[in-house]
This record gives sequence, C-alpha cells and structure tokens, in this order.
Amino acid sequence: MATKIFKHIQTTIVPLPIENIDTDQIIPARFLKATTRDGFGNNLFRDWRYEGDGAPKADFVLNDPNFSGKVLVAGKNFGCGSSREHAAWAISDYGFDAVVSSFFADIFKGNALNNGLLPVQVSDDFLKKIFDAVYADHKAEVEIDLKSQTIKISSTGEQESFEINPYKKACLINGYDDIDYILSQKGKIEEFEVAR
Amino acid sequence: MGQTLFDKIWDAHVVSSSEGFPDILYIDTHFIHEVTSPQAFDGLRQRGLPVFRPKQTVATADHNVPTIDQHLPIKEELSRYQVDMLTKNCKEFGVELYGLGHPYQGIVHVIGPELGITRPGGTYVCGDSHTSTHGAFGAIAFGIGTSQVEQVLATQCLLQSRPKRMKIEVNGKLQKGVGAKDIILYIISQISAAGGTGYAVEYAGDTIRSLSMEGRMTICNMSIEMGARCGLIAPDETTINYVKGREFAPKGEEWDKAVAYWKTLYSDADASFDEVLSFKAEDIEPMITYGTNPGMGIGVTQHVPETASFEAKEQGSYKKALDYMGLHDDETLLGKPIDYVFIGSCTNSRIEDLRQVAEFVKGKHKADNVTVWVVPGSKQVQQQAIAEGLDKIFNEAGFPLREPGCSACLGMNEDKIPAGKYCVSTSNRNFEGRQGPNSRTFLASPLTAAASAITGVVTDIREFLKEEVV
Repeated sequence: MATKIFKHIQTTIVPLPIENIDTDQIIPARFLKATTRDGFGNNLFRDWRYEGDGAPKADFVLNDPNFSGKVLVAGKNFGCGSSREHAAWAISDYGFDAVVSSFFADIFKGNALNNGLLPVQVSDDFLKKIFDAVYADHKAEVEIDLKSQTIKISSTGEQESFEINPYKKACLINGYDDIDYILSQKGKIEEFEVAR
Repeated sequence: MGQTLFDKIWDAHVVSSSEGFPDILYIDTHFIHEVTSPQAFDGLRQRGLPVFRPKQTVATADHNVPTIDQHLPIKEELSRYQVDMLTKNCKEFGVELYGLGHPYQGIVHVIGPELGITRPGGTYVCGDSHTSTHGAFGAIAFGIGTSQVEQVLATQCLLQSRPKRMKIEVNGKLQKGVGAKDIILYIISQISAAGGTGYAVEYAGDTIRSLSMEGRMTICNMSIEMGARCGLIAPDETTINYVKGREFAPKGEEWDKAVAYWKTLYSDADASFDEVLSFKAEDIEPMITYGTNPGMGIGVTQHVPETASFEAKEQGSYKKALDYMGLHDDETLLGKPIDYVFIGSCTNSRIEDLRQVAEFVKGKHKADNVTVWVVPGSKQVQQQAIAEGLDKIFNEAGFPLREPGCSACLGMNEDKIPAGKYCVSTSNRNFEGRQGPNSRTFLASPLTAAASAITGVVTDIREFLKEEVV
C-alpha cells in the first residue's frame, strides 16, 4: 500500500506558540473511541478550541479568521505524551501537511512520518523568526521543500535546512510503505526465528 | 570496548541492518488493546494479510472499560463497540484475548509482567507509550503508533533506528516515606519532560538496585514522561525471583538456560553512554507536580517556581499552566484542599502499591471533602487484594476498591475528575484535561496520595511517619 506523498508546499501558516503541546491536547482521550482513521480533525485541539457546550473559543487560533494554512507552527517538544497516532490523523485530517517546531517528541514524529505529515524541526531562532513574520503579517508564507530539506520564510527569504531520516524521506517522496519493505525481507525474518 | 545492556538486547534482535535504512528489529511479544488496534486490523484486511505470529501477540481490554459492574454489558455505546471490535478482531485473526471477565484481564503493562510474559532480554511493543514499563526486567520495550501496530501484526518486526544511550544513576539511602514514584518524578523535574528524548535510558546505582520489581516498573513506566524511547534496568536476583514460577515463565531446563542468559545482561564496565547523569537519593523529598506536564514537579515542602525564573520565551507557556491549575507564583501546595484521590494506573496499581496504601490507611478514614478511587491494575491484583483482606481495610477507610482498568488516568471511561476539581493522582500524566475536561491533577506517590486523602489537603507523608515513630 502506498504512503501519502509529500509535495513541495508554499502556504500561509497557523501559529501556536505554546511549548510541550501533548497529544492529549491535540486529541483528548475521550475522542479515541472511533475505529477508523477518519474525522479526527473535527476534534483537533478540542478543549482549547471549544467550550464545554461546543461554542468556539474566539481566542483560539483555529477560530481566528486571520490565520489559516497548511502548516502548523508550534513551540518546542510538540507531541509529547501518549503514543496515540490519532494525534497525527487529527492534524492531517484538519488539513495540515506539515508541523514546524523547534523540538518534537519521538513517537509523534514517527507517527507523523507514517502518515505523510511532515515534522520540520528548526532552530529556536528560526522558529522565533517564523512567529515574528506571521504576527507582523498574517498572510506571511513559508515554503517547505522536502527534496532539498529546506524551509524558507517567503517574505524575507530567510531559510534553514532540516533533518529527516533518509529512508523516511524516500518513503514520503515516492510513497513507499514500511510493511511492503519489511515483507520483502520475510525470508530473513524466518531465518532469524530458526537461528535464535 | 564493552557494550551497554541496551545494545546487547538490540543486537540480539536485529533481523537485518542496511546502510541508510532503519534496522528491522524482531519483536518477541506484541501487546495490543482496544483503542490503538482497530485501524491496524483494518489495514491487515485491506492488504489481505494474516497476523504473522498470533502466538506472540497478547490482547486485553483496559483503556475503555468501566471499573464497576464489569460483569454487565458496557453502558457507553462507543466504548462497548470498541471493546467488541477487539473481541471480533482477536477471534478473526487468532489472537489470545484476556478480555473483560477473564481472570488475566487488566492494564496491559500490569498483566505482561505478572503473567511472566515480560522477561529479561526480550523486545516488547504496544500501541501505548507506557510500554516502557516492561524495561524494568532488563528488556527493550516501547510504545508505538497504530501504523506500527499494523507493521508488527503483519511482520512481527519493527523498522527502528537505534536511539542514543543514557545512563541515570541514583545512589544513596532514601528518606522514609520516599519511594520509586518520588525518584522518577524527581528525575523528570530535574531534566524536564523532553530531557530524555532520543535516548534509551538505563537506570542504575544502588538505590535503583534496592527497589522491588514493582518499584522498578514505576520508574521505567515514566521514562516516556521525559521523552525517552524506553527505560531499562539490568536484571538481577530480584528480577529472576519475580519471574520464577509465573504462568508463562520458562520451566525446567528452559528456565535454567534462560537464567544463564539473563545473567549476561548488564552494561559492561567499559561500555560507553552518550550521556550519564547522577542523582543522590538523600536529595529526594516526597514529590508532587504543580503544573501541566510531568516535568513540573517539586518536593512537597517546596514552593511553586516564580514566572520570572523562566526565560522570556517560556513564560507564556508557564503562566498558561499555572492559570489552568488555579495556582500562583511561589504558592506552597502543602495544606491545599483537594477533591479527589486516584490510586491506580499502569504506574501504581500493583499489589505492592495496594499493600502499602492499605498498611498506611488501616484504622484511618478519608476526609469528608475527598472522593477516593482505588483501581487495581488487573483482575489478579484485585483477587490478591481481596484474598489478603485489603478490600476490607480500604472500605473501612472510605477507599472503595474498584475493578481493573486504566480508569481515571485518562478518563476514557466514566471515571472522570470533574472540571476545576483537584485530584492527587498516582498516575503518570498531569496534562490539561487528562483526567477529564478541565480537571486539575497533582501527580504523587501512593503514600502521598493516601495521606492527602486522610487529611483532605496536600500532605507531607513524613509528618505521619514522625508521629508513628513517637
């Protein structure tokens, strides 16, 4: 089965300058009862986004008409906590193609990559520049190019390169699938089981 | 150059290693539960694949289950559907299920060890971040996402890059009233909720060595709360004695062979770690968290840090956390009235935790302003507690013993802390809304939780212990 392919993007951004955003904030546990991968975007950041009675909280960025785009930009240690892949599904389902932060929690990063959602880790300085750019002009755009592993602030031309595991990069560019890859080594797995 | 414990186990499980690719790591046992597995089974169906090694897959229902009247159908429709889906999937794919009503049912990280499935030198994964718990046996164990659950179901392997290695040593004698939970909350408060990210952490030192298996599981369980990939502790006599005789532990000759291998599982004296940290046991007080991530912890007599003590760019997030918790700069938590006490979760719901709480509360009674829930980690823990008469002690103290499950740790079932209420909880996460929308969590040890339930306010357990000595 093919993985979702990540294409070069140029987009406006949604800033969320909060540190240690855990996966319980991204998608609270009470919304994990679904048995498919669809529809989690409706409850993305549920308790920050809506009052208990379902009314939108005007001061939350997803409810602010000034901000929209394909990239979520957040404070450091994004995605810490629970391993729930539903967090990556919710962010993707809402319409984001990438998350930018100065630090990602391990499991979230892996889950995002497995769903064609690109985690882009930048320096603290560059993160601040992105926040400054978007607060100065809500229509500020970033460009993310996976092939060259670079992220650029369109208005200022400032750019930084980011790291990605070369295998996962190939998966995202070509739509390769982990299970297909491991199953191509099935003989080795069976040999391993016999030999140990 | 010697090898670390982690590398010895990892190398013994590498099926294939190619330049530019993550390793293909063989998984000895894959634990699954109802919340993170349905989409993975769907994936198998779409691919037309079976579960590759169903006998190395163990399922239980824990996250979504009620903790009273488990013999009745689950009332909440979506929860019932998800639990039923697990039953259906396990049947269709030939996976052993310890579901509701089964004598082995319980929190996945409690049942693996108590059944002797978790053993030294093994590799264990589960779609749950607290899988790090199993590392207490000297094993590699970590949480995975649902795509990876599908991967392991399909291949019994996982594509993984080798993490860096960190050693955390704790040496010295613990103060009375200070235990494993305080040690790990202290470590996380020192290195932050992200301080272990990218590392496999080996806990060592004479304080760690002196802990029971239950205590070691509490420590490894919370490795993920500092971001670590996994935590592990070299096996020793304590480990071997714990595993011996358990349901699925090796027997006879197989046992002798296993023990001989387990005795080779330690970090060589000249093994190199990417990072080594040392802490003194004497510096550790009973701990409590005041904020909204597990790194925001203090000794119970200390004061909440001042906003100005943080870097400017961190102050916004810090203020947000204090506002959520209804706390202010420099506040002391000692004496703060609380509403709930939750004793349970994969961190602190084992028989030793329940015995310790029962011993302390015997002859005492909870304060009127506090609701207490004691949720055992498994059916076996519950039965053992009843056999030892702990349920009677709990009942007399106003601490009703419920039925096993994840419960108020994450509030997926009905066990939710109401908005604005304070809960002293033995669980592992104090995130916003973790225990219910707008609930406020103070993480602490079982003893601190029990003492706070008795007084109705955040309490220093050492005050009680002083009286008892006199």
